[in-house]
Amino acid sequence: MSVIDSPRSTPQRKASRFNIEKWGWIYMRFSGVILVVLIFGHLFVNLVAGEGVKAIDFAFVAGKLANPFWIVWDMLLLWLALIHGANGMRSIVNDYARNKRLRLILLGAIGVSTAALLILGTLVLTTFDPCIGLTPDSALVEICEAQ
Amino acid sequence: MTAESVSTVSAERRTPKIVTPRRPAGTVYRGREGMWSWVLHRITGVAIYFFLLVHILDTSLVRVSPEAYNAVINSYKTPIMGLGEIALVAAIGLHALNGLRIIAIDFTGFGTRHQKAMFWVAIGLWVVLLAGFVPRQLMHIFGGA
Repeated sequence: MSVIDSPRSTPQRKASRFNIEKWGWIYMRFSGVILVVLIFGHLFVNLVAGEGVKAIDFAFVAGKLANPFWIVWDMLLLWLALIHGANGMRSIVNDYARNKRLRLILLGAIGVSTAALLILGTLVLTTFDPCIGLTPDSALVEICEAQ
Repeated sequence: MTAESVSTVSAERRTPKIVTPRRPAGTVYRGREGMWSWVLHRITGVAIYFFLLVHILDTSLVRVSPEAYNAVINSYKTPIMGLGEIALVAAIGLHALNGLRIIAIDFTGFGTRHQKAMFWVAIGLWVVLLAGFVPRQLMHIFGGA
């Protein structure tokens, strides 16, 4: 009589309270729906309406960011899109980077760049100052000098 | 007579005609709508991601100075970058429409049943989107001052 082999299947992973793959999956779908609206709106206002891309300059951005509506819009775009993209890249790295060290380096690079750009973008949107580099012929002279 | 025709029929059955396929078949999986939509979703996703990284950095120049921001944003108005913006909108449009298809597949039975048809619906809407955007963009980029 031989000893019966241990079952080949590994023991079931203990269900943890927070499953990052599940929440990543959910996040991609919910952020995706919102991003469709936010990005097509962004593309329409910046590339299609008026003179399109040729109208974009510092004054154009200053005009948009004078309105809290666009600050909120751009802030949502920044956070939802960058995390959506970073999570997608995480999936791709997990799929193709078979070498453990390479995978950790790539995942680390995604994490660091995502955190840095989220902080940078949030600071730019919350501290934007239309008065920097003010020229005497600017329409903002009176407003800026009153500050 | 009857016996003869029966034997003829069974002889035909024993030697089926072998038709040479017009192209090699059964050797390479060439994929269907589902696989190609997956491939396109990955490629467009990666392309959009790297544009997004650059785009956050260039927009951040509004915090540095108007000159710095204008200098960089002016490069987006050149003919080559104008065509690049068409490629960007094409990638975003495909990723968005196929993304909505994926959501419909994941959350509805209708979507799962009609995933192939929905791939072609997404392609159709994508063509309509570009038919609207491309002429407009070409006018902005190449139209007069």
